[in-house]
Amino acid sequence: MQAKFQMSSELKTELDKIVSQYETKQAALLPVLNLAQEKYGSISPEIESWVADYLQLPLMKVREVVSFYTLFHAEQKGKHHFQMCRNMSCMLRGCEEMIEYLKERLKLEDGQTSQDRCFSLSTVECLAACEMAPMMQLNDRYVGPLTKESIDQILKEIEINN
Amino acid sequence: MKSYPKILSKNFEVPHAQHIGVYLSGGGYEAARKVYTSWKPEQLIEEVKKSNLRGLGGAGFSTGMKWAFIPKDSTRPHYVVVNADEGEPGTFKDRYILCKDPHALVEGILIACFAVGSHKAFVYIRGEYVEPIRIFREAVREAHEKGFLGKNVFGTGYEVEIVIHQGAGAYICGEETALLESLEGKKGFPRLKPPFPAVKGVFGCPTVINNVETLACLPPIVNLGAEWFAKLGCEKNGGTRLYSVSGHVNRPGLYELPLGTPLREIIEEHAGGVWKGRQLKAVIPGGISASILRSDEVDIKMDFNSLARVGSMLGSAGVVVMDETTCMVTTLLVAARFFAHESCGQCSPCREGTGWVLKMIERIYEGHGRSQDLDNLLDIGKNMMGNTICAFGDAAPTPVISYITKFRAEFEYHVRHGKCDLEDRSQKSE
Ligand SMILES: Cc1cc2nc3c(=O)[nH]c(=O)nc-3n(C[C@H](O)[C@H](O)[C@H](O)COP(=O)(O)O)c2cc1C
Ligand code: FES
Repeated sequence: MQAKFQMSSELKTELDKIVSQYETKQAALLPVLNLAQEKYGSISPEIESWVADYLQLPLMKVREVVSFYTLFHAEQKGKHHFQMCRNMSCMLRGCEEMIEYLKERLKLEDGQTSQDRCFSLSTVECLAACEMAPMMQLNDRYVGPLTKESIDQILKEIEINN
Repeated sequence: MKSYPKILSKNFEVPHAQHIGVYLSGGGYEAARKVYTSWKPEQLIEEVKKSNLRGLGGAGFSTGMKWAFIPKDSTRPHYVVVNADEGEPGTFKDRYILCKDPHALVEGILIACFAVGSHKAFVYIRGEYVEPIRIFREAVREAHEKGFLGKNVFGTGYEVEIVIHQGAGAYICGEETALLESLEGKKGFPRLKPPFPAVKGVFGCPTVINNVETLACLPPIVNLGAEWFAKLGCEKNGGTRLYSVSGHVNRPGLYELPLGTPLREIIEEHAGGVWKGRQLKAVIPGGISASILRSDEVDIKMDFNSLARVGSMLGSAGVVVMDETTCMVTTLLVAARFFAHESCGQCSPCREGTGWVLKMIERIYEGHGRSQDLDNLLDIGKNMMGNTICAFGDAAPTPVISYITKFRAEFEYHVRHGKCDLEDRSQKSE
């Protein structure tokens, strides 16, 4: 049997502080999940159960929320997560070609993570940075306007730093 | 090029304006201090009503009126909730305020809290905004340190706390009641109205929900007066706005211009005109939820009333420009995919309708359209409108109805020939 999941005590202190800002424990659910995911890389079933216990919520409520919001994911993403915007302004300025090019370079399809967990590729809706179209979010960072050359450059930098 | 006063963007080019010292040296927090130390809430609400400030999140509702709906006699706490979800495709203005002038938002929140007797504000920021959240958090910390937030705002004994709440990726949470649900730790299902949030909002308490840009207008209104602000704009539309311009223009970017600025001027002068020397084909004037305008319809003033008169809307002022090479079937596919992806699934007409619409447009796009498809699409669209709990159900069919109606011949060509007439035309001209 797997040992019961233990949240790091450092994080637990941080979470307690967050919960204290809200009128109800449930209201802290999104921030708690956001922090947990930041720390552990995904929302595993173990984390879901832990959070449910912690906020005194039925597990179903936690699961419902995790599945409703697109930023929560159950599987670990790659170290470099490329989220390519595919909405209107980015489409008008050629995101399709950039997405195809990146798929080719990373040898990944939309939604996939490489086996070595180095890269993930997803297409996403408007990231509210249409002035830099075509653009993407690379981990926490907004990058654009993208060209094949700038994509090459980014991949080269990642390679060097690896 | 015509130039206009910079009100909301005056600090955007100022180095280190994110830091409270720089903000203070430009007269920052004087408006909030004045209000807290010498004004009455009623006076402030009247002033904001007179300024003709309208909600810049999209709906354009009078901010002063909205505040006045907060019951005076309630014993429950009142809340201010800031909508920084910024999800409307084509819109990126709130990100600039959060990143380049975060104290303008903190000051605006302080003023709004005073108006409605609130001691706590929640700022709901979209989850992807990692950097804006970091910058705004730091601004809140600085304001605390100076005693502008906390238990004793400007030494008056009035308490205001700001809680930053990070979203997790759901367009629907920009809709104000879905946002409240999300803030309470639930999935973002919009609520039935009434009761309106002013009566029963977050945690069942009276709540005012305002957009970031709306709140950033408050310090200048207090400093320079309602009449001055009203005159900046046009009739019934006070002030300036941050127009997000993107798509096929030479200079995509954020432009602060008065309400009522002609759309043609925004595109041709400020954004540098249509790129590559091409002709204009169409413009979305107010985010993807707004009815599209053809190139012969852009001689229009960008204010809430003028756009409503021609059946479109100013919305979030996200201006998306399309040149003559744009295939309208492709643009509708992008819009339909977005709405199908983002429908929260609560109401059947929207959940099912957005799915059917996407399937049919995909079919047309792939060259397998059927002759009855276009009329069916219009029917499905009309049946969604007005039949859902929230305005998403009106937004989703708007591109469907407006693109097909205004570019019918292009859609028919696609259905009949299984491809784009633009492709055919460009092949002939080669
Ligand atoms: C589907 C939908 C999405 C919305 N998204 C946003 C948004 O991202 N940001 C925003 O400020 N308002 C958004 N709104 C408008 C809000 O419901 C609300 O009108 C606004 O936050 C009120 O603030 P204001 O009066 O200052 O504009 C959206 C509305 C709908 C129906
Ligand atoms: S459409 Fe890509 S960022 Fe808005």
